[in-house]
Amino acid sequence: MTERITTKQYIKRYLKRCITGPWSLMCGLSVTLKYFFNPKRIVTEQYPENRKTLKMHERYRGRLQMVEDADGNNHCTACGMCERACPNASINVQPTKNIAGKKVLGRYVYHFASCTQCGLCVEACPFGAIRMCQEFEVATTDSSTLEMILNKKEGQG
Amino acid sequence: MFVPSITNPIGDVVREWVPKLAEYLPVAIQSETLNSIVAFLVNAVICVIAVCAVNIGSAPILIYMERKVCAHVQCRLGPMRLGWHGTIQTIADVLKMLFKEVYNPGGVDKIMYYMAPLIVLIAPFMVAALIPFGPTLVVADVDMGIPLIIAVNGFGVLGILLGGWSSNNKYSLLGALRSGAQMISYEISFAMILLFVVMITGSTNLMDITQSQSGTVLDWMIFKVPVIGFIAFILFFISSTAEMNRAPFDIAEAEQELTGGYHTEYTGTPFAMFYLAEYIALVTNSALATTCFLGGFHAPCIGVAAVDTYLNMVPGVVWFFAKVYFMIWCYMMVRWTFVRPRVDQLMSFEWKFLLPVNLVMLVIGAIYVALF
Amino acid sequence: MSMTQLPPGFKITRESNTEEFFVNMGPQHPSTHGALRLALRMDGETIIELVPHFGYIHRGMEKQAESMTYLQYIAMSDRQDYLTAIQNNLGVALALEKGMNIGVPERQEYIRVMLCELGRIASHLVFFGCFGGDLGGQTCLLFGFKEREMIHDILEEVTGSRLTTNFFRPGGSRFDVPENFIPRVKSFLDHMEDSMKDYERFLSKNIIVQERSIGIGILSKEDAIAYGCSGPVLRASGIDFDVRKNNPYSIYSQLEFDVPTARNGDCYDRYNVRIAEIHESMRILRQCVGKFPAEGPWRSKEKPVKLAAGRYYSEIETAKGLYGTYVVAAAGDKPYRIHTRGPSFPHIAALNKMVQGHTVSDLVTIMATLDPVIPEIDR
Repeated sequence: MTERITTKQYIKRYLKRCITGPWSLMCGLSVTLKYFFNPKRIVTEQYPENRKTLKMHERYRGRLQMVEDADGNNHCTACGMCERACPNASINVQPTKNIAGKKVLGRYVYHFASCTQCGLCVEACPFGAIRMCQEFEVATTDSSTLEMILNKKEGQG
Repeated sequence: MFVPSITNPIGDVVREWVPKLAEYLPVAIQSETLNSIVAFLVNAVICVIAVCAVNIGSAPILIYMERKVCAHVQCRLGPMRLGWHGTIQTIADVLKMLFKEVYNPGGVDKIMYYMAPLIVLIAPFMVAALIPFGPTLVVADVDMGIPLIIAVNGFGVLGILLGGWSSNNKYSLLGALRSGAQMISYEISFAMILLFVVMITGSTNLMDITQSQSGTVLDWMIFKVPVIGFIAFILFFISSTAEMNRAPFDIAEAEQELTGGYHTEYTGTPFAMFYLAEYIALVTNSALATTCFLGGFHAPCIGVAAVDTYLNMVPGVVWFFAKVYFMIWCYMMVRWTFVRPRVDQLMSFEWKFLLPVNLVMLVIGAIYVALF
Repeated sequence: MSMTQLPPGFKITRESNTEEFFVNMGPQHPSTHGALRLALRMDGETIIELVPHFGYIHRGMEKQAESMTYLQYIAMSDRQDYLTAIQNNLGVALALEKGMNIGVPERQEYIRVMLCELGRIASHLVFFGCFGGDLGGQTCLLFGFKEREMIHDILEEVTGSRLTTNFFRPGGSRFDVPENFIPRVKSFLDHMEDSMKDYERFLSKNIIVQERSIGIGILSKEDAIAYGCSGPVLRASGIDFDVRKNNPYSIYSQLEFDVPTARNGDCYDRYNVRIAEIHESMRILRQCVGKFPAEGPWRSKEKPVKLAAGRYYSEIETAKGLYGTYVVAAAGDKPYRIHTRGPSFPHIAALNKMVQGHTVSDLVTIMATLDPVIPEIDR
C-alpha cells in the first residue's frame, strides 16, 4: 500500500501531520472531558432500585395472558387460531365440551420456554381473549413453572 | 567488615535501635557484625513491606478508579452495587481472581509459563523502591537512580515475551512479539527524555532531581525550561504510555485483534499478576513523571507567602500522591479516548517522530544548560 | 514448515522462504461480530489469504419458511439481520403485498419510512460504535449504543419490542403509531444532531483513525459489482446505487435526500458514507415529521394473508444494503419457497479480496467497516 511520493511531498505531509494530528487528538480528548465532567449525561438506569417507577410501554410484549374479568371469565372459544398462528408451537389449546355439548375451552396450555413473544397469537385471536402483559421479570429457577395454564376457569362458551 | 548500607531515614532509626536492643543479649554473641546484619535484615523487611503496601495497596484503588473514570467518560455510572458506590467491587473481583483454578493449556512450557508473571512484577516493584515519596521517605536513595530505572524497566518486556512464547498459542506469540518490538523501541525515547531531565538538573539521583525543583510551581521541570519542558513532559507521557503497554499503545494485548495478546491463556492468579503489574507500572510511571516533571513532593507554591505557608503545611507525601493520582487520571482519560494505532504505525511513530524530536530536545537542553 | 497441500479453501500458491502459519480467527473472537470463523494464512503478521467459514448459527430459515405461514415468516425475518429488523419486516411485507395485490394508505407509508429510517440510524450507530471499538476505542462503542437505545425506546413504544419488532404486515402494520410518536422523534432528532457533532469530532478527524483506515481494504468498483456488494460498501466504492433512488419503494420518491458516495472504497470511505447516511436519514425523518398526515387510515382493509400462486420479488435498501425477498407462492397461506437475498453475505465473500497483504489489525478494521451481521449470513 505504499504510494510513490517525492521527498518534498513527504516532508510537507510529515509537517502537516505534526500539527493536524495532535489537534485532532485534542478534539477527541475535549469530547471525553466534556462527558466526564457532565454527570447529567449519564444514561444508566439503576435497575432494581427504580423498579417502582419502571413501567413498560403499553404495547410491550411480555408473557402471554388471558383477558379475564373479575370473576375469571374469559372470551376464549377454543377455536385454536392462536395455536395455528404460533410459529413455534408454544400454545396448546385443549377444548372440552360443556353440559350443552358445545366445544369450550378446557385448558389453555402455554409453553413459555419456547415462546419468542412475537405476538402473532394475540393478533390472530378474533375475540380478543389473550394479550401480552407488561411483565418483564420472567426469569425463574424452576423450569416447570414455564409451562402454564392460562385460564382459571373452563370456558363458558 | 560487612557494612550493608541503604541510606534512608527508616534505616537510620533501625540502625540506632538494633545495638540498644542487642545489649539485652548474652555478651558472648554481641558483635558489631551481627548488629549490622540484623539491622540490614529488619531494614530490608520494612522496605519490602512498604513497597508492597504502596504498590499492591494502590492496585485495587486504581482498578476502581479506572472503572469509574471509564464509566463516566462513557456516560455510565460504573460499579454501584457492592459497598458505597461500588467501592468493595474491586476487592470482590480480586478475591474471585485469586480463588480461580490455575490451569495451563496443553503443551505449554510450564516453568516459563509460571515464571513470566513473576518476572513482569519485578520491574515496577524495583522502580517503586527508587522513588522519593517524601523528603525523608525513600527506600533506596541511590546515586544512579535514573540509569537503574531505565535498566530495570526493560525487564518487564522479558516477562511478556516469555509469557507469550510459552503459552503455546499463536495469538499470544503475536502479542508477545509485538510487545517486544514496541517496548524495546519506546525504551529509547523513554531513556532520552529522562536523560533530558538529568541534563537540566545535573544529577541522576531522584532525590536530587526532586530537590532541584523546590520553590514555586515555576521551578518545576515542566515550567522551569519554558515550552521545552512541557514538550518533554508530553513526550515522556507518550513514551511511558507505550512502556506500560497501556491503551492507546496496547497493541500487545489488543483485545479486538489478538483476544488478549500475551495473557490470552492465563487464568486466576497468574493473570492477576499480569494485571497487577500493569497497574503498578501505572503508579511507578506516574510517580516518575511526578518526580521528574511535577516537582515530586513539593507543594505547588505560587510565590505568594500567605498561600504558600498553608500549602506547605500539607505533608509532602500527600502532595506527591495527589500529583501521582492526577497523572494516573490523565493516563486513564487518554486510554478511554484514543483508538489504537497499528503495529507498523506505532513503530514508525517512534522512529520517525518521537526519536528525532527527542534528539532535538537533547540538543536544546544542552544549549539551555550552556546558556543559563 | 513446508506445505505439500494447503488446507481446503486456500488457493494461492507462492514461493517464499518465510514460514507461513495458519490462524483461526473465530468462531469465538471479539471482533468477528458473531460466530464467524475466518481461517487466516499468515506470513508474520501479514495475511496472505483468508477463508471465511460460515454456518455456526445456521437455522435453515428458508427451509423453515416452507412450513410456515407468511405472517410467521415476518416474525422470522426479525431474526435475520437483527440490527435492521424493522426494515426486514418491510421487505417481506412488500413482497407479500405484491402477491396480495394491495397497497397501503399514505399515513402507513410515512410510518414505514420513518421507522425504517430510525432503524437505519440505529444500525449505523452500531457500526459507528463497533468501528471505534474494534480500533481499540471502547468509549466509542458506548457512545454509539447510547443513542441507539433511544431509538429502541421509540421502537419499543411503537412496536412492542426493541429488536425483534415484527411490526409491518401486508396492507399496513400491527398498530397505528401512538400519539406522542412524532414529538418523540422530533426530540430525538434534536438530541441526535448534537450528539453527532460530538461523535464526528471524536472519531472522524482523529489522526489515528485516519491512519488506520485510509487506504486499507480497498474494494475497487469492478470488484464491488462482481461480488454483488450493496449498500454503503458499494457506494463507498464509487457506485451511486441506492434502491431508494433507483427502484423506489414506499414514498421514497416523494422525499428529498441524497445518496452519499465516495471514491476510493477504503475503510475510511465506508465509514464516511455511513456517517453521511445518518445525516441523510435524519433529513428524511425531518421531512416526514413535517409531512406526517395527522388523519387518515393507517392500514388498508384487513384481508387474510393469502397470496395468489406466482412469484413475487421485493427489494429494499436496509442499512446494510440490498435486502431482497423472493416469494414463490403456492395458493393458500403458506409459501412454496421464500428466498432471501441478504446484504452481508456478499460482503464477507469480498473480504478475502480486500484483506490480502494487510495485517490482522487491518482485518479487524475491514470487518468492522463491512458491518456484517452473522445471523443474516447464516440465516
